[in-house]
Amino acid sequence: MKMLINVPESVVPDALRGMAAAHPELAVDPDSRLVVRGDAPVAGKVALVSGGGSGHEPLHGGFVGRGMLDAACPGEIFTSPVPDQMARAAAAVDSGEGVLFVVKNYTGDVLNFDMAAELAEDEGLRVAKVLVQDDVAVTDSTFTAGRRGTGATLFVEKIAGALAEEGAPLERVEAVARQVSEASRSFGAALSPCTTPAKGSPTFDLPAGELELGIGIHGEPGRERRPMMTSGEIADFAVDAVLEDLRPDAPVLALVNGMGATPLIELYGFCAEVHRVLAERRVPVARTLVGNYVTSLDMAGASVTLCQADEELLRLWDAPVATPGLRWGL
Amino acid sequence: MVDGEALDAGFFSRWMLAAAEDVEREADRLTELDAAIGDADHGGNMRRGFEAVRTALRTDADGAGPGTPGAVLMLAGRTLVSTVGGASGPLYGTLLRRAGKALGDAETVDVAGLAAALRTGVDAVAQLGGAAVGDKTMLDALIPAVDALPRGFAAATAAAEEGAKATVPLQARKGRASYLGERSIGHQDPGATSSALLVGALARGGGA
Repeated sequence: MKMLINVPESVVPDALRGMAAAHPELAVDPDSRLVVRGDAPVAGKVALVSGGGSGHEPLHGGFVGRGMLDAACPGEIFTSPVPDQMARAAAAVDSGEGVLFVVKNYTGDVLNFDMAAELAEDEGLRVAKVLVQDDVAVTDSTFTAGRRGTGATLFVEKIAGALAEEGAPLERVEAVARQVSEASRSFGAALSPCTTPAKGSPTFDLPAGELELGIGIHGEPGRERRPMMTSGEIADFAVDAVLEDLRPDAPVLALVNGMGATPLIELYGFCAEVHRVLAERRVPVARTLVGNYVTSLDMAGASVTLCQADEELLRLWDAPVATPGLRWGL
Repeated sequence: MVDGEALDAGFFSRWMLAAAEDVEREADRLTELDAAIGDADHGGNMRRGFEAVRTALRTDADGAGPGTPGAVLMLAGRTLVSTVGGASGPLYGTLLRRAGKALGDAETVDVAGLAAALRTGVDAVAQLGGAAVGDKTMLDALIPAVDALPRGFAAATAAAEEGAKATVPLQARKGRASYLGERSIGHQDPGATSSALLVGALARGGGA
């Protein structure tokens, strides 16, 4: 598989050097693997720190900036970063108001962030954690590692980040982050697997004419394989899977998210189908975001994330944001 | 064969270096196994971690290495936590740190003492990951290995390898493979496989 890289070992630091070059407003350290707001720590503000394996760009580094994250810790491709990295990020952005860790629910991320929270608390920081676990393709039971964190991470980081920017205390920022996490559900479908630089070949075989339903964002196979479906059929399947778990009694925020290799023209076509299904199910849509935001390297496909949003969440969603990946209201 | 002998810090360092060699040699296979039911990064992560362990052991105490068996395992564990990431970093790190802590500052340890210390480490891994035997995780190799260890390194190695192979028909209930549900059946667990490598390296701690 051809890739626009130098060597597989340096893909993450190479990308961070590029981020540093393109975004002088951020403090990017390719060696210690941190992306930090240039003006951190921001006095009087609760700091948001997230991180996880790389390969999901713009998540998380591309969401660092005013109104969203204060710092991101990119790990190796699809591998959680290490506790020292997260603790360093927390120390760099803490203004004294405390730090919220936004953690996607994967065994590795949870264990490393737990260890990092202990390290940071030993240094006298106040740390809260919110777990994002929105993927309905995984049954949340004692027989699995629990639902995966996927597209809802963007909602949590944007909305809690806006609240922190207004100067809300840690307990309030944590509570709203948890509210968003609990009010969000996702479902994804892949038309092709992805290729990690280290492996150099696709992570699973997906024959032409078939698709994989219920995929995550790490190139792991999904729950079910079917003959290829149309955009409308995939939207029916994905939205119904989400609505089976989330029964909104308020308008929803919708994220129509590309996995990395699906062109925007297809994503917008898919967005039209998602809106059609939601209208048929009588679920009003308050806001829609379309694009490649929580990706899985070069995987083709899309996911749908819905978040039941009250007036306050919508207000925070609309608040100004200035990051490489999301930018509005300025 | 060193089964009956007192194991010193040198033995533990050689064990870790042998494990690093085995991980290096088998990294691609670990990644292949992980690609089937996980996210294709286990080999690279373990290689990076044990490479760092190798460096840490060589540079600690001005090249002399840590002075006690416990110190070797604690240094290796800390190094894995701070370099591996993923779930493997905290899990393998906890295994070795807790085992090292259980050894205290004893200058030497016998095989029964090593087995008891590793059991403490394995229990900590089970608690941290919330997993048990049969969940298709590293515990499926580690627990039988620790049970067999008092009978010698060869018995422990055989038990670990058998345990790893026995994960093939299991459905994963923990870790990333659990997302696949029934589709995780029919594949050997990469974590159990790397655990068997770690146990298998014990026999080479004697320097043979």
